Amino acid sequence: MITLAHLLTLSAILFAISIAGIFLNRKNVILLLMCVELLLLAANFNFVAFSRFLGNLDGQVFVFFVLTVAAAESAIGLAILVVLFRSRRSINVEDLNTMKG
Amino acid sequence: MASETTLTWATVAPAIAEIYLAIAVCVLLLVDVFYGEKRRGLTPTLTLAALALGALLTAQFGAVTERVTLFNGMFVADELGHFLKLAGFVFVGFALLYSRTYLEQREILKGEYYVLALTALLGIFVMVSAASLLTMYIGVELLALSVYAMVAFDRDSGIAAESAMKYFVLGSIASGALLYGMSIVYGVTGTLSLDELAGQLRGELSAGVILGLVFIVVAVAFKLGAVPFHMWLPDVYHGAPTSVTLFIGTAPKIAYFALALRLLAEGLQGAVAEWSQMLAALAVLTLVVGNVVAIVQSNLKRMLAYSTISNVGFIVLGFVAGTPEGYSAALYYTLVYVLMSLGTFGVILLASRKGFEADELDHYKGLHARDPMLAFVMMVLMFSTAGIPPFVGFWAKLRIIQELWATSHPWLILIAIVMSVVGAFYYLRVVKLMYFDPPGELPATERNTGARVALGLNAAAVVLLGLLPGPLLDLCARLLH
Repeated sequence: MITLAHLLTLSAILFAISIAGIFLNRKNVILLLMCVELLLLAANFNFVAFSRFLGNLDGQVFVFFVLTVAAAESAIGLAILVVLFRSRRSINVEDLNTMKG
Repeated sequence: MASETTLTWATVAPAIAEIYLAIAVCVLLLVDVFYGEKRRGLTPTLTLAALALGALLTAQFGAVTERVTLFNGMFVADELGHFLKLAGFVFVGFALLYSRTYLEQREILKGEYYVLALTALLGIFVMVSAASLLTMYIGVELLALSVYAMVAFDRDSGIAAESAMKYFVLGSIASGALLYGMSIVYGVTGTLSLDELAGQLRGELSAGVILGLVFIVVAVAFKLGAVPFHMWLPDVYHGAPTSVTLFIGTAPKIAYFALALRLLAEGLQGAVAEWSQMLAALAVLTLVVGNVVAIVQSNLKRMLAYSTISNVGFIVLGFVAGTPEGYSAALYYTLVYVLMSLGTFGVILLASRKGFEADELDHYKGLHARDPMLAFVMMVLMFSTAGIPPFVGFWAKLRIIQELWATSHPWLILIAIVMSVVGAFYYLRVVKLMYFDPPGELPATERNTGARVALGLNAAAVVLLGLLPGPLLDLCARLLH
């Protein structure tokens, strides 16, 4: 039997993976964008799980909005990535270091 | 919760600012598609006209005498929201007025820039009027996504693209943390409405609420730029085109004040003891790091970024007090700070020319000899930001300290005062460079009359509000009774 605790644990793991991915990844900016998506999905998972176990639909409606926002967010993220690649010819995270202080 | 099934004028009018702005954005986009290429200046001019009309409509029809919740409990209209929306129209109008020549000279005077500025303003309004976690999240994202695009707007600038990417990733983490915190709070309480949340969170709090609260506080701190969640701020201020830095440094601060107020002070008022402790720790770090690191900066935009961080520390201190008077002090501080940073970045914009960014401190050597008006305005703004009487920045700092005194936080007062003294050093250094150093070989400053008149008004407001602080102080106190 799957309980709320199982679902919350899974979403916490997803959340932790995405945060770790953002901070540990030193190579590719696209991986950063994927981690950002995973972050939103972890929160979505929470909403759906709570919504199911509370018998309250608000959480599932929230998820629809988050999915829409996530789509817009990846569009903007990829657009910035294209601009970055045009000027740098690289999408290496380690190259994002021209500003210091 | 009474659900209104019929839409009447009375149930829609308080949202006039949002509805009008959404329509204006669509109209401007169309105008820009059809006439943008042929007539360069059309969209910028129309945008300013649209902002003026929006302010008029909001002042005329959007006023409410008491707090009402509309749209099935998604939207709250109160006097505070009404006032902040009017302020938003004015601040964005001034920001766009200052930016025009700058954008023109860098060949990024495009309709999209103005449309993005308006969608960002719409996001600010949605946040200001959010009555539910859902509307708050939508507002946060609407503002953030518009601003990410604005930072990357100068496509040929590598440094802007880099700072946009940093802003995007770190901002998305903040949004993700906010969302995760919201989901936990929703799971524990079973409601998304901030009013119902405030009703449920009384007495002993469960561990779940505290966990959700931590995520929400982290996200609020991230958005405000409080240490240790400030990493994005210096890079974004430094890398973005100065007109975008001006935009980010002004109107969105109102929205993040509203975010903190609506979420923490209204929705999670029951957990005030917990979050005010967290914020106190953040505020101390923010004041110390912001002021100390600002001293060693040689780039003016970067120095102002750290100055923003230190000012955010003061705003957070207003929330630490945890009383309506404390929030009103934070509101006053936010408004005053936005007014001052509007002017400061306006000066940087006017000191820049085509192919020359006046963003290093050395570019301000002997500014008085080259352009007395600009140097004088900058001096007023620097004195005010440093908190020297009789300018308005002094009253803002004083109000925060009064409220900390009233809620007995002597250590925080001590840190705030010591750090203000440290901060005065780097503000006064700019004045010293402008008035006492010999001018070097630098391009002449910009002579745009419209922007200069606006800058003069801006500086006059800083002086006048400093000499007569009463009305605005009373207004802030009344808005948060």
